[in-house]
Parts: sequence; structure tokens; C-alpha cells
Amino acid sequence: MSVAKPLPHDAAPLHVTGQARYIDDIPVPANTLHLAFGLSERAHAKVTVLDLGPVRAAPGVVAVIGPDDLSPMPDCSPSIHDEPLLAMGEVHYAGHPMFIVVAESHLAARRAARLAMVTYEDLPALITIEQALAANSHFEGGPVTWQIGDAAAAIAGAPRVLKGSIEIGGQEHFYLEGQAALVLPQEGGDMVVHSSTQHPTEIQHKVSEALGLPMNAVRVEVRRMGGGFGGKESQGNHLAVACAVAARATGRPCKMRYDRDDDMMITGKRHAFRIDYHVGHDDRGRILGVEFLQLAQCGWSADLSLPVCDRAMLHADNAYLIENMRIESHRLRTNTQSATAYRGFGGPQGMLGIERVLDHVAFAVGREPLEVRRANFYGEAGGQPPDPRDISAQKKQQVTPYRMPVEDFILHGLTARLEESSAYLARKAEVARWNAANDVLKKGIALTPVKFGISFTLTWLNQAGALVHVYQDGSVHLNHGGTEMGQGLFQKVAQVAASGFGIGVERVKITATDTGKVPNTSATAASSGSDLNGMAVKAACDTLRGRLAEFLAERHQVSPAEVLFEGGRVAVGGAEYGFDEVIAMAYQARISLSATGFYATPKITWDRVKGQGRPFFYFAYGAAVSEVVIDRLTGENRILRCDILHDAGASLNPAIDMGQIEGGYVQGAGWLTTEELVWDDRGRLRTHAPSTYKIPACSDRPRVFNVALWEGANREETVYRSKAVGEPPFMLGISALMALSDAVAACGDGTVYPDLQAPATPERILAAVKRVRGD
Amino acid sequence: MSHDLTLTINGTRQQIALDDPRVTLLDLLRERLHLTGTKKGCDRGQCGACTVLIDGRRQNACLALALSHDGAEITTIEGLAEGDTLHPVQAAFVAEDGMQCGYCTPGQVMSAVGLIAEGRAGTDPERIREGMSGNLCRCAAYSGITRAVLAAAEEMTTTKGERKTA
Ligand code: FES
Ligand code: FES
Repeated sequence: MSVAKPLPHDAAPLHVTGQARYIDDIPVPANTLHLAFGLSERAHAKVTVLDLGPVRAAPGVVAVIGPDDLSPMPDCSPSIHDEPLLAMGEVHYAGHPMFIVVAESHLAARRAARLAMVTYEDLPALITIEQALAANSHFEGGPVTWQIGDAAAAIAGAPRVLKGSIEIGGQEHFYLEGQAALVLPQEGGDMVVHSSTQHPTEIQHKVSEALGLPMNAVRVEVRRMGGGFGGKESQGNHLAVACAVAARATGRPCKMRYDRDDDMMITGKRHAFRIDYHVGHDDRGRILGVEFLQLAQCGWSADLSLPVCDRAMLHADNAYLIENMRIESHRLRTNTQSATAYRGFGGPQGMLGIERVLDHVAFAVGREPLEVRRANFYGEAGGQPPDPRDISAQKKQQVTPYRMPVEDFILHGLTARLEESSAYLARKAEVARWNAANDVLKKGIALTPVKFGISFTLTWLNQAGALVHVYQDGSVHLNHGGTEMGQGLFQKVAQVAASGFGIGVERVKITATDTGKVPNTSATAASSGSDLNGMAVKAACDTLRGRLAEFLAERHQVSPAEVLFEGGRVAVGGAEYGFDEVIAMAYQARISLSATGFYATPKITWDRVKGQGRPFFYFAYGAAVSEVVIDRLTGENRILRCDILHDAGASLNPAIDMGQIEGGYVQGAGWLTTEELVWDDRGRLRTHAPSTYKIPACSDRPRVFNVALWEGANREETVYRSKAVGEPPFMLGISALMALSDAVAACGDGTVYPDLQAPATPERILAAVKRVRGD
Repeated sequence: MSHDLTLTINGTRQQIALDDPRVTLLDLLRERLHLTGTKKGCDRGQCGACTVLIDGRRQNACLALALSHDGAEITTIEGLAEGDTLHPVQAAFVAEDGMQCGYCTPGQVMSAVGLIAEGRAGTDPERIREGMSGNLCRCAAYSGITRAVLAAAEEMTTTKGERKTA
């Protein structure tokens, strides 16, 4: 069987020879035009004069499209229609697109885009969370609150209480391939769009809406992206829509790609948060009640902020059974880039809130943090799910703060295994010895768990389709709604198809995602790609195999169940054929060799207004131990070692899953350490290039890095009992921040909590060191 | 005014006339010669996606003005394999799956070829990681990348003399 094999990425030979094509590599027709946006320099202002004359006169410029040239103005929002393609009279952030330059070359377009004469009349700009909160600048009219039990009473009655707050920075996606789109006009006004997007159907929808065409007049194709991480879920809309509008206006193919600076100035990033907490606990560190105030910097438009903030609330418990919890979530409108999806989709921020609480409580009660975490864990899943008819079992059933039963909890076993394999306690003692002997370099170590909910919280998005053809020669052509951005989805899905027919994966051709082949797809997001599309492909293959089995069974007078597909052969009633022979026979017998497949995730129900239900099909789990060292005089730091044990269910492809886990950890640790977004007080992003925004490099990876997969199948019936693996490992990076907190604590006498803020840059580490030392 | 230069690109000598003296080697390769294997990640010398070999040394093509390399020998990712036979570094990147999205991969491969030729990293993983730090990988496929460079370095030192190194 092809599933479960550690095969490399399907396109690996193309990547190493430079043949793999991204949007910017597609050969374009000679008359292609190139687009660039003219950007606002102010964070919030009225545009009193927008003189595009000098832009029009610039060399190479073919057309300039300003706000007055489009009526109605196309919308680029993925949610509530609040994102006009171009600013209309008022700019809402520094970097806001104001007009489109259409030119003979990319360079000419960019040069001309700088030439507009703009007069602004500044308006008050809300740049920070605090400013937005003070101005009561909310989406949804005000905060959203969900609760279980009575947190205030539990805290009031608790033996001990504490309060704290953590600032959590945002994060630039820094997909190595910037945003790009290419639109080719077709006969009759139809459009073909190539877009670097995680959401082809959304591009199709937005382009057709912009042009006033039905969706069937627009076809979107995506072969691959050079990284997405959520940043290409909605942020590609503007480029595709701009190209479509320009292509219609000029009748020529139009292409747009953002240069790195423009990409960072224009597009949304991970939401920055501030999370305040008020906790009641006992002397052992058992948490009795928590109140969270989650403040999110959403930027100027809604984009996906609402579901992102919901997911932050849905992960405020992480791995801990807390019977009294109140979460108040403020979705704050600011004059900054519109924050968007980013790997984990709010989950990491919510989870960091409770991990911070655990760290703080453990410090306050002076107990080993892992023990305190364990004391608060959900109960371990037994062998069987509880019998729903048994009323006492129902009463005892443990639920999350949003009342979803936790039936698959494995973190007791998983952390015990990791504790042992990483020699956590022995190393903890070693770290203490080191710290006693060294005054300048201080070490820290921490183990943190992850419990991450898998499914889209918008229930209807949990569906997928697939289209499978088998050609006369037995080769298989596979299409599904998921997009490939390096996560290995195509490889996994091809393995599923190959297993379905009992053939080698080399006989399966994976083709570009195409809205003309599989319609109405959901974004490849929420880690759901292989869960949804794998199942849809499996359904299509099952249909085809069923037809073939029935055909052969009839010929050989056996039951279809006795027809076996394996090793490229098909065995039936003592006879054996090659798979391609069977296909040739079936073709001549006029059997249809093409099928669609469809899948809708079962069991999920969710009432987002009440904050109650089962938003997730299942949870994915994992844990990491990070060991770090800091220089208490400079704040410099390194991750010395990381040990991870992660649950991918029965892995579809262990090699690809290990890559996702390592990559996720490194990106998560980057978010919490070196990656800092800085806006100046006029709202201009100062870190808009890799010179100032630092993502982890090869040498930043932990020197010792041990990653292992937890062996255990998914309890739920997912594709071959695997689990989603795109997002959950990202949150393993939280262990790096907690280890840094531990190292900072070692600089003091143990009476002052480090209160380390994120990202823990050298400056913030130094501030925390000062705090604990009382200097 | 046109500016003439001669470059040997992947073994083929080419006369090139540029209309603009400011064209970078990267734009020359990608936009005029349609060699799109070399990627543009930042266009300002900070990500390594555009790494090529200029006279055998690895360089960021986005920082190199084409005109200033008149007469040079350029090797790009397209010129590394010999026919269907992958260069040992390419083969190692496939074997170790040293990639996710693949966008940084051509740059990583070229940088690794250069690093091995420099002969300073040897087979010490720590020095390889240091030597590869100019090539960012947002997918953080760094484990696979390091393993691939290590494997290729080992293979190329043991088979030295039998095969050219770049
Ligand atoms: S594109 Fe040349 S270093 Fe980034
Ligand atoms: S593989 Fe995606 S950037 Fe390196």
C-alpha cells in the first residue's frame, strides 16, 4: 500500500532542477501588461487631491485606474464586503492601495506608482491595541463573551489568585514566493486566472463579482505556491481582481506580483494580541477559575478576523480542564494592515494565553511546571468512548469551555513518553547546576503541550470534492480542491489514490487545482487539506474500483468483494490481470472510467453566537521540550535543543509529517523570539524587509532536534485514520518562550515572575532580567 | 544606448545587448533569457533564493549587475544536471526531501554546490548550517537541507576526481 510510506514530495525532481513553475515563472504572451498599486503613505487620512497626471505621463504606462474609474468599486473582502479594491476618498492604513498602474513592464509600473501627487488631510489614527480599545473601535459592535461555570465566583472563592498580562506580537508570513496573479482574457469576455492562492474558489468568486460575470465565466488555476501559511487565503484577492479589471479595460493579459516590500506593506499578518488574565488556583497549582480578556489587533478591515478571534477563544483551554472560565474577546479595528489567517488561525494566541497562566501559576506556587500542567490536564481517553445511554457517564463527561466532549485526550501518555525520551527531569537538574555555576549565561527548559481542534469553525466549509480519471493505458489523472504550498498535500492525496487502486504512486498524475474541474472548493486551510481532499479522492477511487470490481466479478461469476487490487495487479476468481489490462477491458466494455468524489466532515455542529457545540471533528496533540540559553547582559539567546513527540494519527506519509512538525516548530519559535513587527507612531510599518524582520535561518534551528511521531491511530474515521498536521506543530514553539521565561527566572531569586513578553527579543529578555533582579 | 556583454551561461556563450545598464543578473536571467529556475525572494540580497555561481563562486544574482560581469561564467540551477543525471547535490536534496514548497530550493542547491566547492564546511553539520545561513527557508526545511548538504559533501569528497564538483 502506498499510504504510510515516507515518500518525498512529488515535485522534488522539478524543484532541484528549477523546472517547478510558480506564477512568476509562467511564460506570458508578448503583449502582457504589468500592474503595480500606488500606496497610501498615511495611516488614516482624507485624500483631498489625488493627481494621477504624472503617473499617466510616465514612460511605459498604458493605463492608470483610480477610484473614480471603477463603478461599482470591486470588493476584495473574504467576509463582510468592507474592502474596496482601492481606497475611496479615505485611506485606512499606510500601504493602502489607492490606484493601479498598468504598464509595459513591472519596473515601469512600479516607478510610475511613486509619482502621484497626493494631498492628505490627516485623521486620528489608531495604531495600537490600547488606542483602539480606548477609542472603542470594535468590529461586531463590541466584545464577544463565552463562558462556562462561574469564573468570578470561583476566583473569589479560590485560596490564591493572580493577575497578569502578556503582549503577543503579530507575524509576517514571509512566504518566500510573494503574492502574484496573472489574468488571461478569453473569447466572449471570459477570464482564466493563475493565482498564488490557497483559495481558488474565492478568487473565482471575487473576479466574477468584480466583472459582473457568472462564476462559470472565470476559471482559476493553481499549480503550487511558494509557501502560504494562511497569508494566501484572502490576500491574493486584490491582485487577481486588479488584473481582471485591467485585463477587461485593455483587452490584454495582465500580471501583478508584489515586490517584497510592497507585499509586507500591503498584506495582512498574524493578529497581535494582548491577553489579560485573572486566575484563581489552589496551593498545588490546580486552576479553579480563569477570566481572560483577549484583545486582538485586527487592522482596518474585517477580513478573517472574526473566525480567527473565535479560534483564539476556542483554544483558551488548550490541554486543561477548567470548569470555570470566562473569555471576553475584543476584535479591535486599527489603522494597520488587515490582520489575516496565519497558521493556527488565532489558536496559537489563545493557547499562549493559557500556557502563560500555567507558567505563572507554577511560579507562584513554586512547583515544577510540568507537574502543575499535568494536574490540570483533561482526563486521558479510555479505550472506548463513553456509552451515551449511561447517564452517570454523561454527567462525568469532561467538556471544553465551549462544551465539546474531550474524548480523545492522549497527553498524559504522550508527555510521559516525551519526558522520558528527552530526559526532561535529569536535564532540568543539569540546567539548575549550570545556572548555579554560571553568572552570565543562564539556561532554561520547558515542556509545553498542544491540543488543537481540527475542522473549519464555519461548518459548511468542511466539504471537499475530487475528480479522478483513469485513461485507457491505466494511468490515473487526479484532481481535487486542495492547493499545494509545500505541505505535501498532493503527494499524500496521490498516495491515497494509488492505494485505492493498488497501484504504484508513479502512475498517478497530480494536476493543478482548477475550479473548472472541481467546483466550490474551500480554502486549503485549517490543516484540513488532506483530511477533506483525501477522503473525497478516496470516495472517487472507491466508486471507480467498485465499477471495475463489479465488471470483473460478473465475468468471473464471483462476488465483487472477491476482486482484489494489489501491487498493480487485479486478482479475481483464480485469474490475475495487470491493472492496465483491466482498464483496457473495462474501456471496451464501455464502463465509465471517470468519477467524482465528495466528502463532508461528520459530527460537527457549532453555534458561534452562544459559543457552544462541537466545532471540531477531533483534536491533534503534541508536546515539545525546549532548552535555551540566554546572556543576561545582552539578552542574546539560542535554542540549544528541542525534543518533540507529535500525534499525526496513523501518518499518511511520515517523512512529510516530520517536515511539517520541524518546520512548524521553527516558525512558531520564530514568532515568539526573533520576528518583530514594528509600526512607528505614524503607523508606518518599519520592518518591511528581511533586513529588519528576522525569520529563523538555518543556523537558528536548535542544534539538537529530535522529532518523533506518536504511534496511534485517530479514533475518528479520517482518511486511513490519519490526523491533520499543518498547523498543530506551530504551537510547539510555545515551549521556546516558556524555556526563555525559565532562564530569565534563573537570573533572580525566585520571588519575581519574569513576565516575559512576546516576541522575546533580546530587548524584552533584558527588560525581564532587570525585573527579576530588581535593578 | 545599448550595452553589450558576453556571458557563458550554463556552458553556452551568449552575446547580450542590454538597453539599460542597471539590469541585474537576476532580471537578465529570469526576464530576458527565460531561465526562471533562479527565484526572486526579496530582490535585495537577503534571502538567497537567487543564488547562482559566478565563475564558480556563489552569489546573489539580485545584487549583481549583469554588465559588471562581462566575460563571466554563470551556472544556474538549470545547468547543474548533466542530461538526465542529477548533480550529487540535487540528488541529495531529493533523497533527503530537503524542501517543502520548493521556492528556496534552487537557491539552496546552488549555495550548497558553492559551499562544498569552497571546501570550508567539510562534513561538520554546524559549519554547514552556518554556511547555509544566507539562504532562508520559510518552510524551515532546515533539517532536510542540512542532511542533503552533508550527504552530498560526503559523496563528493569520496568520489573526488571522478566527477567535477560544479
Ligand atoms: S532575491 Fe536575491 S537574495 Fe533574495
Ligand atoms: S521550501 Fe519553502 S521556502 Fe524553503
